[in-house]
Amino acid sequence: MAGIIEQERYTCAIGAMQTVVAIPRAVPILHSGPGCGTMVAGFFERASGYAGGSTAPCTNAGENEVVFGGEEKLATVIEGANQVLDSDLQVVLTGCTTGLVGDDVARVVKRFREQGRPIVHVETPGFRSNNYVSHSSVVNAIIDQYVGDAPRNVPRNPDLVNVFATVPYQDQFWKGNLRELKRILRGIGLKPNILFGPESGGVAEWKTIPNARFNILVSPWAGLEIVRHLEEKYGQPWFQFPYLPIGGNETARFVRGVAEFAELDPQRVKAFWKREEAGFYEEIQSLATFLLEFRYGLPSYYHAIHDASYVVGLARFLLNEVGIVPKEQFVVDGVPEAHQEAIRAALAATSDKRTIPVTFDPDAGKAQDAIRAAQHAGRGLLIGSGWDKLLAKEKGLDFLSASAPSPYRLVLTTGYLGYEGGLRLIEDIYNGVLATYA
Amino acid sequence: MSTINLRTPSAPVREARLGSITGYQGTASDLVQCARRGKLKERERSFSQCLGCSTANAACTVILIQDAAVISHGPVGCSACYHEFAFVYRVNGDHRGVVEPTQRRIFSTNLEEKDAVFGGNQKLEAAIREVHQRTKAAAIFVLTTCASGIIGDDVEGITTQAEEELGIPVVAVFCEGFRSKIWTSGFDAGYHAIARRLVKPPRKKQLDLINVVNFWGADIFSDLFGRIGLRPNYLTPYATVEQLARSSEAVATIQICATLGSYLGAALEQEFGVPEIKAAAPYGVAQTERWWRELGRMTGREAAVEKLLQEERERWLPRVAALRGQLEGKTAYVTAGASHGHSIIAVLRELGMEVQGAAVFHHDPLYDNGSEQTDALAKVVQDSGDVPNYNVCNKQEYELVNILNRVRPDVLLARHGGMTLWGGKFGIPSLLVGDEHFSLGHRGIVNYGERILDAIENDEFVKNLARHAINPYTRWWLDQNPFHYLGGCRDGRDH
Repeated sequence: MAGIIEQERYTCAIGAMQTVVAIPRAVPILHSGPGCGTMVAGFFERASGYAGGSTAPCTNAGENEVVFGGEEKLATVIEGANQVLDSDLQVVLTGCTTGLVGDDVARVVKRFREQGRPIVHVETPGFRSNNYVSHSSVVNAIIDQYVGDAPRNVPRNPDLVNVFATVPYQDQFWKGNLRELKRILRGIGLKPNILFGPESGGVAEWKTIPNARFNILVSPWAGLEIVRHLEEKYGQPWFQFPYLPIGGNETARFVRGVAEFAELDPQRVKAFWKREEAGFYEEIQSLATFLLEFRYGLPSYYHAIHDASYVVGLARFLLNEVGIVPKEQFVVDGVPEAHQEAIRAALAATSDKRTIPVTFDPDAGKAQDAIRAAQHAGRGLLIGSGWDKLLAKEKGLDFLSASAPSPYRLVLTTGYLGYEGGLRLIEDIYNGVLATYA
Repeated sequence: MSTINLRTPSAPVREARLGSITGYQGTASDLVQCARRGKLKERERSFSQCLGCSTANAACTVILIQDAAVISHGPVGCSACYHEFAFVYRVNGDHRGVVEPTQRRIFSTNLEEKDAVFGGNQKLEAAIREVHQRTKAAAIFVLTTCASGIIGDDVEGITTQAEEELGIPVVAVFCEGFRSKIWTSGFDAGYHAIARRLVKPPRKKQLDLINVVNFWGADIFSDLFGRIGLRPNYLTPYATVEQLARSSEAVATIQICATLGSYLGAALEQEFGVPEIKAAAPYGVAQTERWWRELGRMTGREAAVEKLLQEERERWLPRVAALRGQLEGKTAYVTAGASHGHSIIAVLRELGMEVQGAAVFHHDPLYDNGSEQTDALAKVVQDSGDVPNYNVCNKQEYELVNILNRVRPDVLLARHGGMTLWGGKFGIPSLLVGDEHFSLGHRGIVNYGERILDAIENDEFVKNLARHAINPYTRWWLDQNPFHYLGGCRDGRDH
């Protein structure tokens, strides 16, 4: 039995309306009780995009719909949404009320689709799963109901690759991360379908998903359902990099992995990461004096409360390329048990001389208690969400807000992935530290 | 007949209890008259956008209690926005004398698929014990959600039993979102639970203590009340559980916004003998003075109140006059909740501004005290004339966008998040004032006037935003009547 959650770091299945918001000119339509959309908007904050937040249509199902069903109301709201909002794609997401009452949403939506409307539906009642899981459900629904079937001999573009990395908005750095990912993949000669955000080509790009030669997943577990589905549906193989590649070493490892998988020109690939690495290490070398000599105190260890992708990615980067030692780590994205061992192994492989303790539990209140009780020598850093700022103050730790929810930090297009992201992360950590000196 | 019945576990929602509505288009005076004659009928919208729900508003009445813990009994998403209350609690503590604001203790029972099938009772029982163990809170509140309501968990039984077992109040708050389209029903749910389970009979009346039902506005009443020998007892944000229990010992209850505190004020009067002030909240000169005089009468401080009013008038009215010189004839559009929205209209008119219209989130024909004196909209109409284009609209952005595009006021005044965006996108200076005390009393008119002038003067940002803004609304929609989707009455007759 999954236990209680204190200080939630993610939201429920309907939170994947943000996956829709992340697609240019796509509109989420909620068939749910009142309040679901507002809860999602409140969790993510400053995340309304094209037509999320107060713009998102919703049936606001009430007593009447719970007792008598809400299919008719859904139909009028979809009709209204067609008239009122310009859009390239509509995605109907269902909430708990609809899920428990048992409306036949598929039938209602199909009627509009048969009229040629770009509209899909997906079941996302909050009790079903969380937004890490339902992100995949939304993507797969769009693939099945909008992108559609493709013949076995569909023309493949050998350079084209579909990229599935982080969960938009849940990863507040998603825009920057995808931009860097796209830049890197282009650098090694691929043509990435990045699918979300300003770097994507909107729904036209989604239509080319079947034409890609293969798929890339940058995530330990969330999103696996997508690449498996694409493999089954279009026969596309997939390459997984199971954590966020941050900095010089890990980004090169990612690049080499993709290149090997896709049998890219090794000379060109090597030239790319060599060049990138040179630029990256020019900065690290300039910084090394500061890191080694600054005599007034820099953090020597850190705790992270984050999702598995970040916990592993941060540890690999911060230990080896920055020199901040990972102490107790807390994975709070509700990783299914089947995936935990691989994540432990990826974290363990960070170092051959030290063990990094890690806990899997979305109940972040417990993580906070563990950090409260931990005793380590030297100056420490806490990487977490807005919930953790007070704990950092209480423990005298430096603090970097880098996960959701994020009431104390604005993130626009900043990313932490790749070469650019690694350098930015260093800036953010040490600017926070330097800001403590008057 | 009284609307308050503390013997039942839950409070009826606004629609059922007060006959409140969320759809109306017409004039303010017609709305008031219609409501008086019992002719108010809901008008449904066939197209709608995301509303708020009761559960978040109920949360707002309990999360900010200093020493309480809160459990949302539902899927993890039903408490997703509560971190915002944790933020509010911390950043506003300073303004309310809470020097070291502590972490809010907010939990979800994290209901999942199997709970939806087999019920979440056991999970809730275990959660209450765990939260007690972890927090040692002085009281634990359990908020219900659509899911726990529909699967039919016995939240009342479980909380009652847990209270016996643990020896602290464990209080169920029934606030399932699907039960009401009026999210302020959530305030009633929270206050019902507090009045029913936390407030104790008075040991001894505290003759200078006044309950102030408010949000988290800055403490202005210590000074104002201090001048006439009274003390505020703020309810419920920043209060302790003990302070709530003793609210029965106050000599009166006042409201900052009758829609917020309607239920608590009436419950304290009916069940604990604390009279509630009936005069509508003190915004605008006429209503401010009526209100103070009523408070003076209720507390036997008539002379002191007259002196205070004299001082306040002398101090602030010359500045109001000066502001009026600068704002006279400027046009404004208001979007806010009732009844604070009504109060804003009164203040704008005091400043000589023309209120072109308002979109107010719902309308209560009367509040729980049943008094016409509390009807702020009626007082506005009586004091300063009718409001044309008065629209009751529960934050339906598409209507607001359509209206703003036509009306193009000099300034948009909003009271809830998300509503200023479209003022900005149309290049209209837009202002959201979060602190409900900011525009209160004589001084509030000056505060508000200065902020409005500032917003109108500093319009470079919105003018530029308008040149670059993306608009998802269709040309077709912007050309329609804004009330295109607002249907007739539920019973089929037109309004």
